[in-house]
Amino acid sequence: MLKNPMAASSERDLRLDLFRGVALWLIFLDHIPQNIVHWFTIRNYGFSDATEIFIFISGYTGAFVYGRTMRERGFVLSSARILRRAWQIYVAHIFLFTIFMAEIAYVAATFDNPLYAEEMKILDFLKQPDVTIFQALLLKFKPVNMDVLPLYIVLLLLFPPMLYLLLWRPNLALAGSALVYALVWKLDFNLPAYPNGVWFFNPFAWQLLFVFGAWCALGGAERLGDVLRSRIVLALAIAYLIFAFAVTLTWHFESLERFVPAWLADWMYPIDKTNLDVLRFAHFLALAAVAVYFLPSNWPGLKSPILQPAISCGQHSLEIFCLGVFLAFAGQFIIAESSGGPLLQAAISVLGILIMIATARLISWYKAIEGRSAPTRVKQGDADLAGGEA
Amino acid sequence: MTFIVPALMTIALLNGAAAAETTPATPDCDVPESLLSTEIDLTRVANAIKDRHRLDISVVGSGSSALPGPDGARFAYPARLEAALRERLPGNEIKVTTHVQLRQTTADMASAMPAALAEDKPALVIWQAGTVDALRGIEPEDFSASLDAGIVAIGAANADAIVMNMQYSPRTESMLGVEAYAAVMRWVAQQRGVVLFDRLAIMRSWTDSGTFDLYAATKDYAMARRVHECIGRALASQIINAAHLDAEKMQMTR
Repeated sequence: MLKNPMAASSERDLRLDLFRGVALWLIFLDHIPQNIVHWFTIRNYGFSDATEIFIFISGYTGAFVYGRTMRERGFVLSSARILRRAWQIYVAHIFLFTIFMAEIAYVAATFDNPLYAEEMKILDFLKQPDVTIFQALLLKFKPVNMDVLPLYIVLLLLFPPMLYLLLWRPNLALAGSALVYALVWKLDFNLPAYPNGVWFFNPFAWQLLFVFGAWCALGGAERLGDVLRSRIVLALAIAYLIFAFAVTLTWHFESLERFVPAWLADWMYPIDKTNLDVLRFAHFLALAAVAVYFLPSNWPGLKSPILQPAISCGQHSLEIFCLGVFLAFAGQFIIAESSGGPLLQAAISVLGILIMIATARLISWYKAIEGRSAPTRVKQGDADLAGGEA
Repeated sequence: MTFIVPALMTIALLNGAAAAETTPATPDCDVPESLLSTEIDLTRVANAIKDRHRLDISVVGSGSSALPGPDGARFAYPARLEAALRERLPGNEIKVTTHVQLRQTTADMASAMPAALAEDKPALVIWQAGTVDALRGIEPEDFSASLDAGIVAIGAANADAIVMNMQYSPRTESMLGVEAYAAVMRWVAQQRGVVLFDRLAIMRSWTDSGTFDLYAATKDYAMARRVHECIGRALASQIINAAHLDAEKMQMTR
């Protein structure tokens, strides 16, 4: 049944890099508060946002890279590589946390506006660094916008057995993942957070998207081929995207709110991001179906120079993600120090994306040089490289 | 029971001359019409004015309903609301009572609501909530349930309700995520059919229009007072809109 699941997809699918690169840009833009450029990001046009794209593609590429290792080199080595990857992401997260702490400490030392006496209480955690830093190391204390990497870490920690199951019983694995997702909705469990509450992205819910991505990478996409080529599915997907767009419009223009009937609002709201609401998941599926329909993997446009910047960002996702979080912090800082303004926001957004592109190019160049100068390490280096992209 | 007696501050600006003296210079702070319009009627407010020429309002809230300093209460928005309503509804007795206490979560305020309202018997409750819940990372579901319970208690006390969300605070925006809580407030208000005073959007519009520099980090009491003056005025406008108390109608009903 699974003689060679990689046969059909042994070449890297550039669409994944393209969409992940774009998702990274959107995450960066969304992380600059009150950015005028938010109007360009997809969360204003439907239920799902760039996080769904990022997690799905991470699952896809993870299975693509480590699945091959697991079949060729065995469970132990591939698990070790997955765990090493989780460790890298953990270190990256703590690095970002340090930058965040520096920003907070600066604000705490300089901010004294009596209007915000209450809001400034958020800085109180600096008074007990013993607790805060430990909670951060345990991934329980996560500042705003620093929730994605911890989610990714947990998903990778759980990935080795899941990948094993996906390789030998893919449909059973997907069904198991869906069952856990359903149980989350039934029993409402999540990881605890500090000082209160639970993780913003519930890993037990979001794993569905990650596993679904992995399942697609390991032959699932081919199995879904007929479905994805069907015009009925396309029509349904487009209809749903239009519906979601109409609903999101009512969020932005309150005068439109009355057009959402009460029964629909009752049934639909709140659209829960923490537990990956079914409406969000469906919205992502619809987006993916439309994208796959109109952009086949051999689409010549993927080779065009216009798309190369996004593709190269998508190929170095961890580095570019972290850079994006850092740039969002820095951009925010500049906006605050100069008291904002839409022009400045737009300039910072554009500049940030240019820096992300330049950095991605630099990493590609460096890796290419390293690969060439160490031909004896190519085999190992290749796995490294691949691991580095997952 | 969490309302401690000293925190019960009745604002009584009875002396007109003193009021004029302490009123900050009227700042120019227009609010987009769409942010103050609502389809919900404040019928109890309308009746109180029509039948008794009297309006009792209770403001329940946490730190952002007050200003620091010994004379903070005189300049905070509840007192400014009272002054604005007296100015705009002459011939009516207006009284604003505050139950403002630092660090109260929405759950704290909801559980103390019945006792406070039994004492005040207001026609309108302005409930400012959300900031402390965001600070403490209260689960949005619990936040939603507390908000709901408080609104039910207000209805049971035969008062109209306006819920007020957080301040727009650009400096702490990246550390204090208020958006999720603001979304819950919008949703609960809509479900329960109560008016939302969207302080977050209003203050944001002031930043966008350059009315106030809310990024300012310095200890600027004058600006903080102007912001509260403007919030008080905007609230007065929303109450007058939603209770249909505009001058023309008042004359027709008399």
